[in-house]
Amino acid sequence: MSDTPKHIRTPLSRVRGLGAAHSGTQHFWRQRLTAVANIPLTIAVIVIFIMLLGRNQAAVAQIIGSPVVAVIMLLFVISVTTHMRIGMQVVIEDYVHDEIAKFVLIMANTFFAIAIALTSIYGILKLSFGL
Amino acid sequence: MAATKAPAARPLSPHLQIYKPTLTMTMSIVHRITGVGNYFGILLLAWWFIAAASPGSYAKFEWFAGSIIGRIILFGYTWSVIHHMLGGIRHLIWDTGRGLGPIEREWLATANLIGSIAITVLLWIFGLLAMGGPL
Repeated sequence: MSDTPKHIRTPLSRVRGLGAAHSGTQHFWRQRLTAVANIPLTIAVIVIFIMLLGRNQAAVAQIIGSPVVAVIMLLFVISVTTHMRIGMQVVIEDYVHDEIAKFVLIMANTFFAIAIALTSIYGILKLSFGL
Repeated sequence: MAATKAPAARPLSPHLQIYKPTLTMTMSIVHRITGVGNYFGILLLAWWFIAAASPGSYAKFEWFAGSIIGRIILFGYTWSVIHHMLGGIRHLIWDTGRGLGPIEREWLATANLIGSIAITVLLWIFGLLAMGGPL
């Protein structure tokens, strides 16, 4: 009877806890999802940058504000900031072992990613709507 | 009674310093470093969006992007993004269980490095020509 479980929790109730981080494979999957999205979006953004080289502010503002370019930029910003937030969290979790410092850095990481995302989105929308 | 003795020095499990650096190991570290670089590099992108949205301050961004130090940072950022992207593709290939054999993984690492440098240089040549010259 050596393989009789010593507790009465069912396998389902154990797996519902989704492991030590209580978030299961959500980060793992989201990192890959955004990685895939980042490939075409980054290529598109590089093409847009090259189109904009040497142009003045008025021309740059007009092109970023045009619907297709603005939507590509918005998708890029959302995908990239999600990807970089998860990536930096993994780096922090790997190297920072002090619980308080780790907690603070992961918070700062989230704030940074959201600040970058909102700043960029604000700029793109302002150019799109011409406010 | 007996004073507590410091625990005997026990052998630690081997870590980075005992291994001879290999290409795949170095590329793994570089993937992480470029990821961290891109994380901070995106500040430039956010700055660019805000500058483009406020006519008065775009000149400051243009001055930065055109300066020597700005060009060096932007060149490094370009390489970092391209390198991390190609490295990411390598990781996605590995996620399917392919490309992990001794020949394939060396080939992928080499292609990652050479590809990132070549694409970055080509993009900059193309970009500078599009601007009508290096200055």
